[in-house]
Amino acid sequence: MLLIDCPWCGPRAQVEFACGGESHIARPGPPDTVGDDIWAAYLFERNNPKGIQFERWCHAHGCCQWFNVARDTVSHEIRAVYRMTDPRPPVDGTRFDEAEGSG
Amino acid sequence: MSGWRLPPSGIFGAERIDRERRILFRFDGRNHVGLAGDSLASALLANGISTVGRSFKYRRPRGIFAAGPEEPNAILQVGRGAAEEPNARATVIPLREGLLAAPVNCRPGLRIDMLAALQPLARFMPAGFYYKTFKAPGWESWEPAIRRAAGLGTLDPAPAPAGAAHRYAHCDVLVVGAGPAGLAAAEAAGAAGARVILAEQDEAAGGNLAWDDRFVDGQPSALWAERLAGRLAGRGNVTLLTRTTAFGLYDHGYVSLAERLPTDLDRGAPPATRLWGLRARRIVLACGALERPLVFQNNDLPGVMLASAVRRYLAQYKVAAGRTAVVFTATDDGYRTAFALRMAGVEVAAIVDPRPDEGPAAQRARDSGLPVFAGSVVSAARGRRAVRAVRIDALQGGRHAELACDLLAVSGGWTPSVHLFSQAGGSLDWDPAQGCFRPAGGPAGIDCAGAGNGQFGLAGAIAAGRLAGTAAAEAAGATAPSPPRRAPDPPDVLEDAEAPPAQLWLVPGANPRKSWVDLQSDVTAADIALAAGENYRSVEHLKRYTTLGMATDQGKTSNVNGLALLAAATGQAIPEVGTTRFRPPFTPVPLAAFAGPYRGDLYRPRRFLPAHAAHVAEGAAFEDFGGWQRPEAYPRGPEDVLAAAAREALAARRGAGLFDASPLGKIEVYGPDAATFLDRIYANTMSTLKPGRVRYGLMLSEHGGIFDDGVCARLAPDRFLVSATSGHAAAVAAMMDEWLQCEWVGLKVLVSDLTTAWATIAVTGPRARSILAALDSGIDLAPEAFPHMSVREGRLGGVAARVMRVSFTGDLSYEVSVPAGHGESLWLAARAAGHTVPIGVEALMILRTEKGFIHVGADTDATTQPADIGMAAAIARKPGDFVGRRSLSRPAFAAPGRLQLVGLERLDGTAPFPVGSHIVEGRDSARASAGAVTSSCFSPILDRPVALAMLRDGLARTGEEVRVFDRGAEMPARVVARCFLDPANARLHG
Repeated sequence: MLLIDCPWCGPRAQVEFACGGESHIARPGPPDTVGDDIWAAYLFERNNPKGIQFERWCHAHGCCQWFNVARDTVSHEIRAVYRMTDPRPPVDGTRFDEAEGSG
Repeated sequence: MSGWRLPPSGIFGAERIDRERRILFRFDGRNHVGLAGDSLASALLANGISTVGRSFKYRRPRGIFAAGPEEPNAILQVGRGAAEEPNARATVIPLREGLLAAPVNCRPGLRIDMLAALQPLARFMPAGFYYKTFKAPGWESWEPAIRRAAGLGTLDPAPAPAGAAHRYAHCDVLVVGAGPAGLAAAEAAGAAGARVILAEQDEAAGGNLAWDDRFVDGQPSALWAERLAGRLAGRGNVTLLTRTTAFGLYDHGYVSLAERLPTDLDRGAPPATRLWGLRARRIVLACGALERPLVFQNNDLPGVMLASAVRRYLAQYKVAAGRTAVVFTATDDGYRTAFALRMAGVEVAAIVDPRPDEGPAAQRARDSGLPVFAGSVVSAARGRRAVRAVRIDALQGGRHAELACDLLAVSGGWTPSVHLFSQAGGSLDWDPAQGCFRPAGGPAGIDCAGAGNGQFGLAGAIAAGRLAGTAAAEAAGATAPSPPRRAPDPPDVLEDAEAPPAQLWLVPGANPRKSWVDLQSDVTAADIALAAGENYRSVEHLKRYTTLGMATDQGKTSNVNGLALLAAATGQAIPEVGTTRFRPPFTPVPLAAFAGPYRGDLYRPRRFLPAHAAHVAEGAAFEDFGGWQRPEAYPRGPEDVLAAAAREALAARRGAGLFDASPLGKIEVYGPDAATFLDRIYANTMSTLKPGRVRYGLMLSEHGGIFDDGVCARLAPDRFLVSATSGHAAAVAAMMDEWLQCEWVGLKVLVSDLTTAWATIAVTGPRARSILAALDSGIDLAPEAFPHMSVREGRLGGVAARVMRVSFTGDLSYEVSVPAGHGESLWLAARAAGHTVPIGVEALMILRTEKGFIHVGADTDATTQPADIGMAAAIARKPGDFVGRRSLSRPAFAAPGRLQLVGLERLDGTAPFPVGSHIVEGRDSARASAGAVTSSCFSPILDRPVALAMLRDGLARTGEEVRVFDRGAEMPARVVARCFLDPANARLHG
């Protein structure tokens, strides 16, 4: 069970959190200008890296704040915790090209 | 085998028994007497019981083999009734008064087993026998009988007694195992100022110090360990947990432990198990090592035991497992057992050692007069029910002997307990000298020390433990209040020189079909060769095919021998074969421990309405709706819920019904951007709503499906009140917050779920206005002053009140909300305000179905879009983006064949269609579903059944006749408009 360092509450057990999946996925718009393929990619296509994954978590049973986590999917090591508005931090060990993501 | 209790004497070791306290117990239908402090296994041995069960597959008699949790054979049914423990390992069950134990895998009993007739057939039942034999007509027709024949223990279906409450703890350093390395690590970490938890699965600390004839710092090792454990227990910052198994090691230092609570010697009930969840900054694994057996013919006979176990029974329980022993050892440690046996008065007929060159241990044995057969093996044990002789062969050929004995102690090498390390993701290296896997690279924060790390010498283990403990404390950031002036002296240990063990995986000359690798799963050396021959070359496949390493012991004594034999059979090196994956739990944990006391009323907290007591007084029948205990109806006299609901619904249509709507979502949305935000959240427009007015709205998921519906009230220009579906309020509020925090971070909006802060009573029916008037809220109720779809604030009995004129029934309705603490007063006041009838959830469902109002989640699912419920128009007019908008123009949403919500009229009867019954098209084998009934009831005011259904292209099929299918019968129905009652909405105005 992960120990997640909530930027507001400090290190807390994983059971207090909800994982919101991959982060830094830009929402395309306005809707009239977005093609089906772009919208489908936004809705459904996700990275599945063996290595560093950037994902968002909510301290659902605590401060209810969302934040970003850079987690190694192999070792579960958490390499960075940063706010929703922060850019993706440089973290070594990204093993798959994630150029298609943005933000 | 004929075990016996030693007379009080001076043999070494930490004695556990109390000779003054006799304990009566029962095994296999007979009474026996043991001593306080005995394990069930030691008591059985002391009573001379050799056979404790029969084997899983071939029904061969089996005896106690080990002294610890690795025991493969002595798997007993312990206790009776709901508290009985299946598959209990006799080696770890403390004896208690009146304990009942029975063997498994034998019917009717241990001495005569009907299926023992299988034994001569064993040669026809190799690995994969079941898969190859029971194929026609299908495995499932054979399985029940085979399961009955093979099943190990049984479980009483009655609920087990409640388990102990779980505990959660944090520490700087967790040390697993309180043997020499673990004790040293805990002492060092404690001295460095760390908060230490030392977990030991055994009854007491010490590990092999407690049962070996060793000296540390000039003291007997058992005494040294006891004193050190005492000192540790006296330190404020070290907690010693005995009887506590660390069974799972997870991420980030999270460890699960199972603590067996102390046994009450006088009570028959088994001790409960307490689960611990522990978070440690650093972990030192000092888990020790398990002895491996040797694989030779008939090595499964009762009387064949692990050499270290024989020594443990002598030292700790003062039980000798036989009268005449042969020690067959590939290690120097086996000699310690020979010396101990002789010290205890057991005749040692031979020490058989496959190593050709006599090492220091062999020389000491020979010097002290023990007969040593160097370069020799025990190729076969003889005996039918138990071992009575052994055949000894010289490896170089020629010499052989048969020696009578009733105890054969075997030592094939040591296997470090790498289970936890490996669970945490650590990798293993093969140590060719010791013939074992040992920890290599591992996750940060976990260190191994001692025999569990392949450091088998005592002095080395203590030194490694100290180092690991100090390092762990430092890494955990501990600082001693007064640091020790100097490092403690290295322990003074008299260390005998030890020769490396022989690596003998299958004894030459033994019949592989009669040589057992896995005693619990009944897997022989021949089975492994067969599996390899059939190309099961991966160790994981070998495990599944032969069951090697499965069942309750998970191959603790068999895995290394098995994979070494697989390596030999496939021509691979042992490290190439590798090990199977280690998974939690290390040893079995009772499910009752996981359940703990958290069941029944404690399983999940129940939410009660603020006016719960009033509903109880009204005679409500309660049901769980989305976690809330709500009245489903208020039955009178002999009424059932259905009859009560029909009466309540009719009364509400004719007069005034009172409904407790407190769980209805009440999410307040404030801020200068609140209107902008809600326009993005709702599929329809909310920004044009005037303060004081209310509008119905739909929320979609980003995939375009209907997420929630309800009304939204504008309390002030910058303040809205969102009514989410009961039971869905928290999810709606969380969804809003996620959009605000993750996507529209610039919007100045605050979302606050105040659902439980307010109690809400709905008054509905033609007489609703007069009831409300009697409540005297100070609000002008005149229809033009307080029109439908508006909200007003007032005061009731001195407290703030909100009144919303909205309707989920089609009748004139008001929803009155007051702070939750006044909910019961509000209910009582409304009941006193005139003639009303309390109505439950079931009646409300009738009222809304009569009007065709949807219930999101019942009538709709995640794929239902607004157009499917006839709400395309409101959205088409809306400018701008909102959640889910782009998805609505995906091709699938415009494709024909969509399920759409319609009304259904029954044409041939008065019983409502069952919810979930399908609307079918086609006949016989071409019959297919075109949709399903989603809401259905008998309408008392219309005196006929009404139903809502999701039907393919349903909105274009009004008037069509369809067939509803239920359990083989078809019923004709007509597709109609969803609203069955008052389509002109005249009743809304009272």
